[in-house]
Formats: sequence, structure tokens, C-alpha cells
Amino acid sequence: MTANGAPTGLTQGSTTRGGIGESTLRPDGVLKVTGEFAYASDMWHEDMLWGQILRSTVAHAEIVSIDTSEALATAGVYAVMTYDDLPTDVRHYGLEIRDTPVLAHGKVRHHGEPVAIVAADHPETARRAAAKIRVEYRELPLVTDEASATAPDAVLVHEHRTDHHSGHVPHPNIVHRQPIVRGDADAAAGRADVIVEGDYCFGMQDQAFLGPESGLAVPGEDGGVDLYIATQWLHSDLRQIAPVLGLPEDKVRMTLSGVGGAFGGREDLSMQIHACLLALRTGKPVKIVYNRFESFFGHVHRHPARLHYEHGATRDGRLTHVKCRIVLDGGAYASASPAVVGNAASLSVGPYVCEDVDIEALALYSNNPPCGAMRGFGAVQACFAYEAQMDKVAAELGLDPVEFRRINAMEQGTLMPTGQRVDSPAPVAELLRRVKAMPMPPERQWESSEGADVRQLPGGLSNTTHGEGVVRGVGYAVGIKNVGFSEGFDDYSTARVRLEVAGGRPVVTVHTAMAEVGQGGVTVHAQIARTELGVAEVTIRPADTQVGSAGSTSASRQTYVTGGAVRNACELVREKVLEIGRRRLGPYHPAWATAELLLEGGKVVTDGGEVLADLVDVLEDEVVEVEEEWRHRPTEPFDPRTGQGNGHVQYSFAAHRAVVEVDTELGLVKVIELACAQDVGKALNPLSVVGQIQGGTVQGLGIAVMEEIVVDPVTAKVRNPSFTDYLLPTILDTPALPVDVLELADDHAPYGLRGVGEAPTLSSTPAVLAAIRDATGLALDRTPVRPEHLTGTAADQDPPGGARNVTPSAPPGALTKSHTARGT
Amino acid sequence: MRVNLTVNGRPQEADDVWEGESLLYVLRERMGLPGSKNACEQGECGSCTVRLDCVPVCSCLVAAGQAEGREVVTVEGLAEYARQRAEGGATGARGATGVRGGESASLDAARRWQARGTDSQTGENIELAPVQQAFIEAGAVQCGFCTPGLLVAADELLEHHPDPTDEDIREALSGNLCRCTGYEKIMDAVRLAAARRSEGAGA
Amino acid sequence: MDFLRPASWEEALAAKAEHPTAVPIAGGTDVMVEINFDHRRPEYLMDLNRVADLTEWEVGEDFVRLGASVPYTRIMEDLRTELPGLALASHTVASPQIRNRGGVGGNLGTASPAGDAHPALLAAGAEVEAESVRGTRRIPIDAFYTGVKRNALAPDELIRAVHVRKADGPQQFSKVGTRNAMVIAVCAFGLAVHPDTRTVRTGIGSAAPTPIRATAAEEFLNAALEEGGFWDNGKVVTPSAVKRFADLCAAACDPIDDVRGTAAYRRHAVGVMARRTLTWTWESYRGARRTTEGAA
Repeated sequence: MTANGAPTGLTQGSTTRGGIGESTLRPDGVLKVTGEFAYASDMWHEDMLWGQILRSTVAHAEIVSIDTSEALATAGVYAVMTYDDLPTDVRHYGLEIRDTPVLAHGKVRHHGEPVAIVAADHPETARRAAAKIRVEYRELPLVTDEASATAPDAVLVHEHRTDHHSGHVPHPNIVHRQPIVRGDADAAAGRADVIVEGDYCFGMQDQAFLGPESGLAVPGEDGGVDLYIATQWLHSDLRQIAPVLGLPEDKVRMTLSGVGGAFGGREDLSMQIHACLLALRTGKPVKIVYNRFESFFGHVHRHPARLHYEHGATRDGRLTHVKCRIVLDGGAYASASPAVVGNAASLSVGPYVCEDVDIEALALYSNNPPCGAMRGFGAVQACFAYEAQMDKVAAELGLDPVEFRRINAMEQGTLMPTGQRVDSPAPVAELLRRVKAMPMPPERQWESSEGADVRQLPGGLSNTTHGEGVVRGVGYAVGIKNVGFSEGFDDYSTARVRLEVAGGRPVVTVHTAMAEVGQGGVTVHAQIARTELGVAEVTIRPADTQVGSAGSTSASRQTYVTGGAVRNACELVREKVLEIGRRRLGPYHPAWATAELLLEGGKVVTDGGEVLADLVDVLEDEVVEVEEEWRHRPTEPFDPRTGQGNGHVQYSFAAHRAVVEVDTELGLVKVIELACAQDVGKALNPLSVVGQIQGGTVQGLGIAVMEEIVVDPVTAKVRNPSFTDYLLPTILDTPALPVDVLELADDHAPYGLRGVGEAPTLSSTPAVLAAIRDATGLALDRTPVRPEHLTGTAADQDPPGGARNVTPSAPPGALTKSHTARGT
Repeated sequence: MRVNLTVNGRPQEADDVWEGESLLYVLRERMGLPGSKNACEQGECGSCTVRLDCVPVCSCLVAAGQAEGREVVTVEGLAEYARQRAEGGATGARGATGVRGGESASLDAARRWQARGTDSQTGENIELAPVQQAFIEAGAVQCGFCTPGLLVAADELLEHHPDPTDEDIREALSGNLCRCTGYEKIMDAVRLAAARRSEGAGA
Repeated sequence: MDFLRPASWEEALAAKAEHPTAVPIAGGTDVMVEINFDHRRPEYLMDLNRVADLTEWEVGEDFVRLGASVPYTRIMEDLRTELPGLALASHTVASPQIRNRGGVGGNLGTASPAGDAHPALLAAGAEVEAESVRGTRRIPIDAFYTGVKRNALAPDELIRAVHVRKADGPQQFSKVGTRNAMVIAVCAFGLAVHPDTRTVRTGIGSAAPTPIRATAAEEFLNAALEEGGFWDNGKVVTPSAVKRFADLCAAACDPIDDVRGTAAYRRHAVGVMARRTLTWTWESYRGARRTTEGAA
């Protein structure tokens, strides 16, 4: 194990200013604070048209007829298109399974599915025209939950599946199912002194990135199209767009425009194909900008889930076995559901040692909104449930919940349920120790000489308590997340690095297709180039499809994979530069041939510190440029029956301590502090790393106490598609967020780094839930916790399936449920 | 209809404005000032915050016609507004003048866009309002979509409360959603700007 | 859509008479959301921002005449003494940006049961000054709300001001939302103690088709306070009376289950808020009495 914070695998010992490990500032920072940074919705083109999408008003229906004539006849309207107007036979797209129609064909499968598109000279003209399109629906029975999906007479959401999962699923309304069996859970249960079972319900979360889906498509003179777009993965979009348009990929030129956040919600296509279709049809540039209402229908959400867990432990606090069943609702189209299932299954036990497991995870097809990627990707739902279970078992054993976790904490060398050995540091116990050791926030900090400061109390400005009914609670949680794409996926990135002399100085240009979505990849790439090439001036070129794929900005993978590609390309550039130097200048100094050479401060120096030459003199007019793909070590698919396999590249760990104050009478929660300790391997940019941890933490807080897309269980329609009723935490809901960053290098990764972005989103939610349970004594088994769950006033007849629609919550005062102590 | 208003000290005129258009739309699509952001268009996120006759408002909820004859300051004019305030000492002076023209984020601008080298990292050579500088340095900017509205709101807070408590900052910014940062770095940025201001005042 | 820009109140009344379907817009909080999201396309939009006296207020002997467009920010900062309940309510309205634009006239015009001003107006006692080219009338606040998002205004009438009774005793306002700022009320409660008339008045928001008063609760409490001599002896109201009052407030509700909360929760929360606000205001009344007596 390397000393905390020291980078490993440095390819040269450069100390150039602005390199890795420093908190250099964002290169796009000035543009972003002056309002000049061009986001996708800021694009403008002379003579451009506005696109508008007509979406289904019902969740599941046959389309009897579509009449576009009146819309087409509207002044200012340039085009109206439906499924029948699509230019080729390729009329579906999808990340893993091409099951999503570009425009609805014959039926709609969820509320808000695109049915027709319009281009007009003003957004209001386009809206009025879209409203004139007459669609006649004949409604069909709905699939809304597991029972209605797998009933003997269940309606099939997709009748004729041919995808590669269709052969092994037990029912056509199951997208994918992954069991994991290791050891003998039933036999191990016999050794347990306590067995605790629990059922949990996880609500549907929205990514709620602030920059709505937008883009501008400009028809080219060559019959192609230029698309300026906010996305997470340009090349994945390209592979889905080009065949639908009937164009070769080199005629669909994509450029990343400013991206206003993503969090998984831009992994799937939204308006990309629609804008291109309208641009090619009209011969004019077409801009599409979703409003917030439409954005709730324009991207996939985090899978809601129902989870059943059984944990067993011996009296001395060791886990005997874990059984679980995780049912994710994938909604109408597959999106990333298969991979989410793989993650949920393989990470379902959490960061704990357990030899005997029996696990099943699956995703349903239903008529609910499609669900797919969101920060944490399957691991979030599982962590909420297994951490609740760990608290219950600890309580049953009379152990401190942190101590119980410590006893069972995995470490380097532990086997995952998949049989994969964790072969880099796994400081689970240390993270818990650190987060517990942080000083506690003072009690009653809302008291002041002028009375209670309501802003620091539950209810905030709404003035609901001056301290009455307020009880403090503390909770802990820890989680495990994989980094990078898994299960045998060929996960790679490409970087083009160029070194030349410009204006009398050496200048590096880095060009990748990595989507900068706010995470700070552009900052880190420049740091890597400075470290590797010893050159201060680095320019990051805009991401586009003129360079090879960088893979997606997701799975906490970009600093690892595209960062690795940049480092790799820099190394190759350096070798070429030194080669040139040896050729040109070698004869004048023996060290060119004998010494270890570095690039530092714009010069070639020996490892002894002797300067051999300025890069300016080495290169003269020569330009050194390298474009190379780079791969991390390969992974394997999980066995379809046993789930065994080295499926993941890397694991990351974070732990949280939540301190909350609950107004126990009104059921209102104020999170007082949410502290995190996380191992990041090596912080390439500490400021960005802490920013990622805090941002992920607050998204987890949102899940815990307010965020949920509510789907009507009877109609499968979304009931709250707005920021009025889908609530995100405000700055007054957000507490102090102390962060303790641990840096234990992973020797397999560039510089020893570990993906950062997702792990903090996992443990934040269960820590807050644990703290609320601590304050109230209630067995809370769903997210988000709403005031009615804390006051025994949930609706009496909550129907099953989806949101709000949960098992009736426990009445106040109820204790943890369903535990069976076995006699010793 | 036609709408005349003063934006960042410059008289502006928009023609053929549809009566239902918001001030936000007119700024973004007709005046080439897309800095104010269109995140929710229902007054629930603050990304479109501008100062209308000095007062911070959600420009998405102002009908374009209501802005007739008014003075608007957007994030594009914030640096100049802050500079004039610092020079004139007239806090809340009605409007600013002579601001850098708002360049439209046209396709050309998009094509030209590059993440710049070290110079632009620290904002050297570019005049920024103190609160803008603090946002960059404190790491308060990630995707940046909430940033313009937050800057206008934070700048107004510091104009009236140069030494705010943490709870004052939270209350003043409670109408501005951020999805990336968890707000802690935004708190740091406002604290930093306030601290610098009081240092400057003490000097 | 036509955009009307009356430069004066008289012009506004004339325009409203000519186009009774014209939708007045001031702060824009409700109207612009509906336009932006394509929920409403009024034939005429009438901007009231140019009518300067709508943003003015006058403090009279017994009433504050509050212009319909006085921004919530002004109420919470400048009228805390005269209208403490409304000032507290104003502080819970949406966000600082919205409070800078929105005013009570918009809340009354929309007449949503969730409007934050209503419980405070009901508790304080108020009259809505409605005017048309036909003349002016003052509508008691209790008669103003006629149905879900419906009010007593005639099609040609506009709200010019609201006359709110000046506080003669402590007032409180609480609102429950599932977020600590920028939230629409799940339910809300206003309470005003009126020592001059020896009455307590209430207002409930978001827990019935319209904003309402808990009349039975008020009658019970007023009788209990009178019988026990509490107005004069300044004693703590008995816990059983507080509980009975809170229960009657909860019973006054006629709430629904919706995406923001359940009916059962709304009833429960109104009871809790009634108990707390009564406790706070009565403590405050007793404190003020002691101070007065001490000075005498």
C-alpha cells in the first residue's frame, strides 16, 4: 500500500506547475461566470426553425389514427413528421436493445412517448401546430408492477422480442434477470443466531439536471448534418442516429455543446434524431429545447425498486448469509436496464464479507416511464436496503451499528459474491472510523439570543416549530460502487495529443470526445498533460466526433479511462519528442543516450536535473501528434445462472454520517450535517474531488427526504412533472458537508486513482434514513420519507407498485419489524 | 409587438415579440444574451435571475411587455455593474452603462469555443465582478447552468449585506437551485467574496 | 393574444370593462407559468405594473390599505408591526425573487387554496377593495373565496387593494411543506389574537376547497377564554382547551389526497400548527400584558 496521497504509476517524475494533485481551476470557469459559455439551448443560427414534439397523453394505447393536415396547413409550419415519414427501415434505437421507436409506431407504451414532430418559425407556432395534430388512441390494459407484468394473462409490453436477453428471461416482460449464487445460503442460515428480513421500496428519482435537453441540427451541403448537442457520449449517439437518417457516420458530424449537468440522464437519446430529421426534411437549421415539463418525459429516470432482504448473523456479529431479491421497474423501454440489473445484483451485499449468498435481481418492462442510468446505477437502490438491514441486525444483536459494520467490513483480498477478488485497497472499516471520528455539530444550534432561528429548524422559513417536537438522530452508512463499464464490455477511450511550438513556446493540445458535463474532466486532462509533458500551456479542444470515442461520461469512469488515454497519448508523444531530440541533438551531449530523460518546465532534462535542451529547440517546426485508444484491464460477463465472474474493473467506497433533527409531530426533517469519508485512490484535483463528493451526497439527501417522480398506479401517468412538485434540495435544505478524503492508491489505475462521482450518492441516503429512524424509532422502509410516513398519516389504501403507492407505513411508535431471533 | 428596454446599460429594441413571450426569451433569443438560463421557466430554480430596475427577479415570469422602458442587468453585465458600483460607491445605482456588448452564442461562437489555457483559469486579463472571481476560485462552478442566476442573487446579497451570516446566505440563495455542487462550494464562494470585500474596505 | 398596457387605474378599469376576459398580470407568478407551459392562452393580457398606486400602502387608524401589487418583500420588511401575520406568511412565499415581484392581489385573484396570504388575511380580518367602471365595493375576506380557484369578483372587476385590520395583538403563521424553502403549502395555518374584541381568529390554507376559517374552533376558544377570565388574568390557557381548539381546527378541514400530501396528514398537521401558534401567540400576549402591568 502506498503512502496516502502519493500518486502511483507516474510515467515521469515531473513537478510542472498545474499538474496532477493540484486544485487547478476550471478552464471553462470564466466563460461560465460571465454567461458566455454556450450551452446546447443557447445555440442560434440565422434562419433557424424550432422543433416541437407531440407526446402521448396516455400510457398504453393503440394509435388508431393520426391526422396532421391541420398542423401542416398552419402558417409558419415547415414540416410535420410521424413514424410513416421516417426515411429508412431503421426506425428504432436503444443503448443496449434497439426497442425504442424514433416516433411511436402503432402504439404508445408510456405517458409522454413521442408521436409526431413539428418544425416552425417560432416556438409558439410549433406548439400551436402540434396541438392541432389529432391522434386517436384506443387504450390498452396496463402493466404497472411485477404482479401485472408476470400474471398468466399479462399484456406483453413488447410482443416480439429478439434481443439477446429474451432467451434467458423467465417472462417476456422481464428485460433481464441476474441471479448470483455462492456458497450455500440455506445451510448457512442454520448457523445464524439471528435472522432479519425486510421489504423495502425505493422511489423513482429524476436526474433533474438544470440544463434541459436541447440541440441544434444544421443540414450540410453534402447531404449530411451537423449536430450541436448536450450528451454524455457522442459516439454512442452517433451509432444510433446515423442509421435512422440513412447517412454514413462521417456525414453526421457531432459537436458537444455546453452540457448543463447529466447524472445519467443524457446517456440515452432525447431530441437528437428528431432535430436531424426535421433539419434534413426542411433544409433549415432546427433547434429543439425542452421545457422542464417535457424534460421529465424526455429522459429515463432512476429505477424505482422493491427489495426483499434476509440477513443472518451469529451472536458475535458475523454475517452468516444474505438472501435478496431486487425488482427494478425498467418502464416501457430497455435503456440501460440490463446493466443496472448486473450492478444491483453484483453489489447487493454491500462492502461486507459474506461467503453464502443467494441473490436475484431483475428489471421489468412496464408501461411506467422508462428508467435507465442515473448516478449510482443499481447500487443506490441496493445500498439503501442492505444498510437498513445492517442496522436492524445490529439492533437485534445489541451491537453498535458502526461496530457491526466494522466486524464484517471487506478489505483488500475479500471475495465479492461474484467470486471476484477485490485486488486493491478496500478501506471500509477505516472510512467508517474516520466519519465517526469527525466532531459532532453542536446541539440546539438554532437557539439564539433573539429566539429560535427557524432557518435552522425543520420546516425552515415556513415557521412550523420553535423547537417543539424536535428530536435529533444520528445514522451511519457505507457503500460500494463499481467504476467503469463492466461485464466484458470493451471499455476504452481515445485521446489525441499534439505538441508543437507556437508563439515561441511549447504548446500542448488535447483532443478527446469526452463529454464535459460539469465534472471537470477538462481540468484534469490539462493537468495530466502538464505532468506528463512538462508544458504549462495546454489547450483542450472541444469534444466532437472528429476524434475516436471516449466512451460515456458515466460510471465514474472518465478520469480513469479518458484520463488514462490522455496519459498514454502523452507518453507516446514524449517518446517521439525524445526520439527527435536524440536524432537532432544527441551527438552534442552523451546524456541523450545514457540518462533517463524527462520533460519539465518546457525543457528536456536528465533525471539528475541537468537541462539538455529547450523543447522549442528540439521541435523547431515539427509537430508531434498521437491519437491512441486506451483500455483498462478487461472484465468478464457474469455467468447467467450463478453470477460468477470477474465482472468489474474497480470498486470505490464512501461512508456517511448523517445528523438530522426531526419535528416528530409534523414529520418534517432538517439534515443538520452530512459528513462523508471517501477513498479516491489519488485526488488528481482535490477541489473537484470534494465538489463531486458533496454534489453526490446532496443527491442522496434528496432521495432520502423529498425527491420522487410520482406515477399514478391506475393510469401510469406522471403526476408531478415540474419543479413545483418534484422537489430538489435547496441551499436551505442542505447542511454543512464535511469531507475526509482518503487516498490509497489502486495500482491498476492511472496514478492510483479511483472513480469518485458515484460512491457518495450511495451511502448518503441510507445514512439519512438511519438518522431519522434513530430520532423517531420508526421502521422506515421506503424513499423518500414524507411527513405522512413519520406521523402515521399515509393514505390508508396505498395501492402497490411505484410511487406513493407503497406498503402502508408503520404507525408511529412501531419498532423494527419482522425479525426472528433463533435460540442459541 | 415592439419592446424597448435598457439591458446592461444599452438601449435595446425587439420587434415582432409574441405577447406571451417572457423577458427571458427576449433576452436569450432576440437580444443575443443567453447568459440568463432557461432551466425551469416556472420560477422554481432561479437560473434566469436578472435585476429588473435593480431588483432580482425571475426573468421567466416577467412578460416581455412588462419590461418596456425598464432597466435590466444580466450576468453578462454583472462585472461592469459591480465595477461602477465600486467606483461610484452608489450601491443599487439604477442600471449600469457602457457594458461589453452581449455577443450571441452563435454557431460560430460554439465552433470557436475552446477551454482556454492557464491564463483564463485565473481570470487574468478579464474583468470579473468579485463574486464571479470567487465562484471560480472556490470551485462553486461545475456544469455552470445555475451559475448566472446565483451570481446575480449573490451579488445583490453582498450589495446590501456585506457581512452575511451563513444562514443569511442560505436564505438569500434559497431561490436558486444547483444540482451539481451540493451548495457547499457556493457557500464558500460567497464567504470568500464577502471576506475580500471587508478586507478591501478595511484597507 | 393582445397585450394591454394601461397607464393608470382608470385605463385599467376601462380596459377590463371592454375586455372582461382580459387576464391581469402583475408579478407574473401564476400567469406566466401557465403561459410558459402552454396551459393558458388568454385573449388579452393586461399588465398592471404601470399602475403605480397598486404598489403603495397606507397605514390608517384601524386598517392598512395594502395596494394589490405591494411586493411580499415590502410586506415582510416594512409591515411587520402592523401586519405581523401577513408578514410571516409573506416570508414563506416561494423565493426571494418571487417575493420581489408577487403581491397579495395575485394570491386573491388566483384564489388557490394554497395561496400563502389567505390564512393570514382570514385571521387578521380583511376586506378586498374591488373596483370596476361601475364603482367600488369592499368584499369581506370571509365572503371572497367562493370555490376552488374561484372568487367573488365580477368579470369586469379588478382588485385594487386589500384592507387588512391592523394587529391589536400577537399573530402567527405556519406552513407545512416538504422542503425548507421555496415550497407550495401542503397546508398552512394563520392565527391572530385580537385583545380589543377579545377574540381569536384563524385561517386555514390548502386543507379545503377554499381557504377557510375554523369557526367552531374560534367560537369554542373565545368562549373558553372569556369564561376562564384569561384575557384579564393572563394565565396560560389550559392544555385541555388548547387541545380541544386544535382538534376543532383539524375537524374544520375538508382536505384531499394529492401529490403533495395526504388528507389525513393535512388534518393532523393543521391540528399541530393550531396548537403551536395558539401557544406562541398566547405566550406573547401574556408577555405583553406583564410588560404593560409592570410599567403601570
